[in-house]
Amino acid sequence: MTSALELRRGTYRDSVTLMQVSRAVGAAEGVDSAFIAMATELNLGLLAGMGFEVPDGAGPNDMVVAIRAADGEALRRAGQHLDEALAAAAAPAAAGGACPGPVPRTADAAPGATLALISVAGPYVFAEAMGALEAGLDVMVFSDNVPVAHEILLKDRARERGLMVMGPDCGTAVIGGAGLGFANAVRPGRVGIVAASGTGSQQLMCLLHAGGAGVSHCVGVGGRDLSEAVGARSTLQALELLDDDPATDLIVVVSKPPSPAVAQKVAQYAAGLSTPVLLALLGRGQDDLTLSAAKALAALGEDRPDEWPSWIPDRPRSARRGALRGLYCGGTLCDEAMVIAADTLGPIASNIPLEPGWSLPADLRADGHYMIDFGDDGLTAGRPHPMIDPGLRLERLAEVLADPATGAVLLDVVLGHGAHPDPAAGLAEVIRAAGPEAPPVVVSLCGTDQDSQGLDAQARTLVSARAEVHLSNASAARRAVSLTKDQPS
Amino acid sequence: MTLSSPADGRLLRRDPTVATAGVGLLADSLAAQAVPVTRLDWRPPTADSTDALNRVLADPRRAEANRTAVNRVLSSTAQLVNVRPAAEALGLKPGQFLHAGPPITWERASGPMRGALVGAMLFEGLADTPEEAEKRLAAGNAELEPCHHLGAVGPMAGIVSPSMWVFELEDTAHGTRAWCSLNEGLGKVLRYGAFGPEVIERLRWMSAVLGPLLGSAVRGHGPVDIRAIIAQMLQMGDEGHNRNRAGTLMLLRELTADIIESGAPSKDAADAFRFIGGNDHFFLNLVMPACKLALDAARGVPGSTMVVAMARNGTDFGIQVSGTGDRWFTGPAKVPDGLYLGSYGPADANPDIGDSAITETAGLGGFAMAAAPAIVRFVGGRVDDALDATRRMYGISLAENTAYAVPVLDYRGTPTGIDVTRVVRTGVLPQINTGIAGRVAGTGQVGAGLVTPPEECFTAALAALARKAPAFP
Repeated sequence: MTSALELRRGTYRDSVTLMQVSRAVGAAEGVDSAFIAMATELNLGLLAGMGFEVPDGAGPNDMVVAIRAADGEALRRAGQHLDEALAAAAAPAAAGGACPGPVPRTADAAPGATLALISVAGPYVFAEAMGALEAGLDVMVFSDNVPVAHEILLKDRARERGLMVMGPDCGTAVIGGAGLGFANAVRPGRVGIVAASGTGSQQLMCLLHAGGAGVSHCVGVGGRDLSEAVGARSTLQALELLDDDPATDLIVVVSKPPSPAVAQKVAQYAAGLSTPVLLALLGRGQDDLTLSAAKALAALGEDRPDEWPSWIPDRPRSARRGALRGLYCGGTLCDEAMVIAADTLGPIASNIPLEPGWSLPADLRADGHYMIDFGDDGLTAGRPHPMIDPGLRLERLAEVLADPATGAVLLDVVLGHGAHPDPAAGLAEVIRAAGPEAPPVVVSLCGTDQDSQGLDAQARTLVSARAEVHLSNASAARRAVSLTKDQPS
Repeated sequence: MTLSSPADGRLLRRDPTVATAGVGLLADSLAAQAVPVTRLDWRPPTADSTDALNRVLADPRRAEANRTAVNRVLSSTAQLVNVRPAAEALGLKPGQFLHAGPPITWERASGPMRGALVGAMLFEGLADTPEEAEKRLAAGNAELEPCHHLGAVGPMAGIVSPSMWVFELEDTAHGTRAWCSLNEGLGKVLRYGAFGPEVIERLRWMSAVLGPLLGSAVRGHGPVDIRAIIAQMLQMGDEGHNRNRAGTLMLLRELTADIIESGAPSKDAADAFRFIGGNDHFFLNLVMPACKLALDAARGVPGSTMVVAMARNGTDFGIQVSGTGDRWFTGPAKVPDGLYLGSYGPADANPDIGDSAITETAGLGGFAMAAAPAIVRFVGGRVDDALDATRRMYGISLAENTAYAVPVLDYRGTPTGIDVTRVVRTGVLPQINTGIAGRVAGTGQVGAGLVTPPEECFTAALAALARKAPAFP
């Protein structure tokens, strides 16, 4: 075994690119491990953990390359892979040869830009967002870990300028037909969505699309907008914009469980608008997203489907004794499933628990029912979102399927822009590999027939592994519960 | 509930054209939908500057303060109104010397700075030999003060002594004046630290003949509009710092008749024509005070993050910022990257020196490099590199100059008004074109090239701006 450690000063690449590069290099023959990352405190910790000596004076503008391989020849090959992967990542993927000169570093220098989409690390967001607002750009902040005080200040400055800050922690928006972040391809239509929840709004859009309706815009506001501190600053602004939008005939506000006082403020404000507003604010005792979608379709005068699309295998796996295990990518979908499951099953342990006493321990393991949100901050530090990189969840799925204590497994699969090109394939492979004795698997598949991954194709891949697939997350959750509840665990 | 009027809300009224900072995948997804997208070359600011950056960017005074500062720069004028001795114009007394850059002591002064001081002592008759001059300087028998502190600027060592003659420029819009010495030419010259007999002899001629001749010519001519000449020289291949050939010829054209009519002996007039015509950098010493006037007008605007001076004394690089008064933020001056004269090489080079970076501070020199592509050949660059240099500077500048335009960039105004926050945010440092002085006193010029300021000047300035800004939540 031999290893190489190199510090490339002043060479910056974003973390997702470097993780992809690391994976490409790590996959090379004879390479034991490869870690290519910016020398942030976090990454230097990881480097030390791998047994490499942390190079002197390495800072967040420097790239660290650490490779361990079987022999010198493998190390040389790894170096080659590294150069190729870095070069490929640097190659401009967008057309636009008419823009010679240095690549702009700030949004105000980007030709004709109207919107800045910011996904840099949380502490750096304020400066980029502020610069964009000053240049008259609307802003979407995909990043999380932005201090709430920054969020409030940015939103206030934006409003002074007649601009909008979507986010922080805004995963989804559809503006003028353009899907920003994680967004499904839906037909244009009359429903305007205000989204304090990314996957929640994706679920709603997919159900509306399946019901024959369409979406005018989906304005993201960020996961914290309906908190006490932020006080629905962006939600009220988005309501106002959509009320004024001639294409929007109905507005739906989607949120994770909001602060009750803020929810009331939103309801009051919505009541004064000329466009009808439907509030889809999740929580125990509230409508689930599927019911909200049905109400929206009814309000539009569209026929609500008798049954939401589902795909059931010929020979479903049979129910068995054990606990319900939910493995989610979408936080709101996970929330919704837990609300539904808790009604019947009682406490559901989770890393995003509905009640403080229901927390999963740090190792995310428990004997009873539990659901894990793999998209939660705690699990995405230093790695891409599970909708992009399914690795961590796949490992856990294999483990859960092999666990005799598991009664049924509930998963979400989110399609659309930004998501993995073929998420069903990896899941199906793991489910199939678990063998005929494995517990039943229910999948909530969030997508449309216009998504590049193909809704039907993804469903069929999952069904071929004998998983049940539902377009409605609520239906999937109820089905998984029914497979569990008859089996005392 | 009071919200902005809906008419202001632009988000849903324009088809998005997106700029992405961060994860490349999000840009890929937009490109796949045929949404116009620019992937920004974003990089994190230095770790310890993030808080200061946020606080300064949140300062509600900043935007208006910078608009004020920019307007003052753009509305300034620069008329050459007189040429007279520094003793008279600046009130310098024997034993007082002005120098380039932020404050410096003899102990910390570099070779060329010491050499120029020695030469000035000899020129002023305060010492008979270089050794004696050095001894007196080391004993503290001279009073040193930055040019900038008296409204003056000086190239390279920037030494101004009482008997030297200086150009006097007036900004009629703001009622201010600025001064600069007369340019001695290239090679063995005082400003590059040379102090041999030919240097002193030339200085004596400049004070005895050239200065008085130019003074009466300028007074006879009436105010000469230096900004108008600068605007034209940019269309003729000059950038106003390392190339001043067209500017020099235009000045000469402007003053020829008045020099002849000044009544000076024709021998003196002919010598003056030969001297000015043979010195491509003569006009630099007029570009510099014109820039000084523009930037002095922008000083002292509370909350403004605009750089109003970049200057080097051969040891330290210093900047001053509008919102932080007359305080200098310094860091070690770097050695320029460039071409060397004869057998000189990088080992002979002194770190960056001179007040001439005032040209870049005002949007000329390196910032106008696209107007003078010949300059990039100093570092083996191509014409594209010159265009890129100017284009890059737009990213750290507050405005585009309304008077100075670059033909090859479709007459776009030069990037003007360096913004401290943008420098720290982007990591792009101002591009400076410069001469290179020999590091040993008495050597003179050894080359010319390109250089940037040390980053810490800007991070220190940002920290000071942050302390003056309202508390950040």
